[in-house]
Amino acid sequence: MSPLLEIRNLKKYFEVRNGYLHAVDGVNLSIEEGKTLGVVGESGCGKTTLGRTVIGLETPTSGGIIFNGINLMTCSQKKRRELRKEMQMIFQDPYSSLNPRMSVQELIAEPLLVNRVCSSRAVYEKTADLMDMVGLAQRLASAYPHELDGGRRQRIGVARALAQNPKFIVCDEPVSALDVSIQAQILNLLMDLQEAQGLTYLFITHDLSVVRHISDDIAVMYLGKCAELCPSKLLFKDPRHPYTRALLSSIPVPKSSSRRKPRTNIIRGEVVSPINPKPGCRFAPRCPHATEACTAGDIPLKEVAPGHYVACVLED
Amino acid sequence: MALSAKTRARKAKKHSEVKEVWRRFRKNKAAMIGLGLAILIVLVAVFADVIVPYDRTTTQVAEKRLQGPSSEHPFGTDHLGRDLFARIVHGSRYSLFIGVSTSVLSLVVGCLLGAACGYFGGRLDNVVMRLLDVFMSVPPVLLSLAVVAALGPNLRNLLIAITISCVPGTVRLIRSVVLTVVDQDFIDAARSYGASNLRIIVKYVLPNAIGPIIVHTTMNIANMILSAAGLSFIGMGVQPPAPEWGALLSSARVYMFRAPYLLYFPGSAILMAALSFNLVGDGLRDALDPRLRN
Repeated sequence: MSPLLEIRNLKKYFEVRNGYLHAVDGVNLSIEEGKTLGVVGESGCGKTTLGRTVIGLETPTSGGIIFNGINLMTCSQKKRRELRKEMQMIFQDPYSSLNPRMSVQELIAEPLLVNRVCSSRAVYEKTADLMDMVGLAQRLASAYPHELDGGRRQRIGVARALAQNPKFIVCDEPVSALDVSIQAQILNLLMDLQEAQGLTYLFITHDLSVVRHISDDIAVMYLGKCAELCPSKLLFKDPRHPYTRALLSSIPVPKSSSRRKPRTNIIRGEVVSPINPKPGCRFAPRCPHATEACTAGDIPLKEVAPGHYVACVLED
Repeated sequence: MALSAKTRARKAKKHSEVKEVWRRFRKNKAAMIGLGLAILIVLVAVFADVIVPYDRTTTQVAEKRLQGPSSEHPFGTDHLGRDLFARIVHGSRYSLFIGVSTSVLSLVVGCLLGAACGYFGGRLDNVVMRLLDVFMSVPPVLLSLAVVAALGPNLRNLLIAITISCVPGTVRLIRSVVLTVVDQDFIDAARSYGASNLRIIVKYVLPNAIGPIIVHTTMNIANMILSAAGLSFIGMGVQPPAPEWGALLSSARVYMFRAPYLLYFPGSAILMAALSFNLVGDGLRDALDPRLRN
């Protein structure tokens, strides 16, 4: 089965005062239809830029985004516009991602009106359906975002993303701005919708417990590069990249009586600057296992086990 | 049915928001006094012909030159024996018309340029802003003077001159407000589902920038009334037979000591008009400020 979305050697550089900031630097990923790919990494590792580039909010510096077998970078403008309708985004902050001057109904109807999907009467029927779908009571139709709590606001964001019956949704930390109790609600909503409509997600987060819960595959990003990519169960069982290991060991253990010694292996040093980075492994300056080979040249992802890709010289 | 629900919702929202602003505005005594004065001036301008017929402003009675206030001429008469009260009442039309029309004109230009600069940024923003810097480096009065001097003094050119002198400030203000709105995620969201730039500016950016724009425009009316009166006073605006307040002051200054009331009344009228709109603008600023919401 060919993947629904394939990202090929995607690069996004931002021009800054003293060079180029390599936000996304040669990332290869693919997502099969109906699956969820989780992208994890710390702040500034380029995961949000990756999502924004895929959805078309940023123009990639180079590389390909292949959706449904068509390369969005090389196809015609018209075709691209059409395909973009099938790719939507759910934003991180439900407070600033909704226009405060629009009612719930108007917010959800907006994508339909913008793309003239159906007549204005049908738009409001469709809006009502969408509100049902995401669990928003009809009485809220004329409410304004500032009157609602974070969870309800994020439901509006989900409904808005679903309005055009997309196949693929980029979820950019959709729950990180919410209370923990509401996070679970929204995650369950997303998973129910995926099941019902066969949606495909690119799920961006820094929260490892969230990503474990929702993803089929996980990509670990560090400074614009993909460090490790594998099925989500495997990642938690058998992390190979030193960065992934350190990341996983940072998950707090909830049992205070646990006899187990805390094995948190703290990463020393600082994240190096993403502006004009040196060749080789980006993690090398902080890696306890770093050798000269790490900084000699670029290290590609290598399949170390079926479906398990790691970019590390230790895996040779 | 769904549609009617939508319009109802929209009305309810507008209603509640306007009500809320009005509630806060009402608490502000100075603003309420300003609003009262402003309404008074508007009423006088609208019903000028009912209050006193226009021909009283031109009737010259030689034996009644420079008479002080009396029951027949409440504000006295000028050096040609014309009734000052009639002239001030009809002059309110000039001041109000100039103040409002120049403010609206600069608002339109300001919205177009300011929104475009703030939204698109880049080269357009740079070019327009540097051009406006050139305009702003000249004092506004001097700029208006230069324009009138080049075009010739009459009402139309006065409007042009005043508008030009006030456009740069308006563009800058709107640009800065737009910049704070454009940063927000809902603009990206609108782009992500394919809204056009025009739609984003009209439906997303400007509605969220409306508060400061309203305040600025109200304050502008006061400033424009003052500059119009100022330019007419030095003879670069509305020309003397017309009963413009600045022109009234100008022709009265020769008789400053013999008939000081000729200065008092038009002077107070200008002061009142400018003050009232300033107070309203101030009150609106406080009432619209989200930080003061409780």
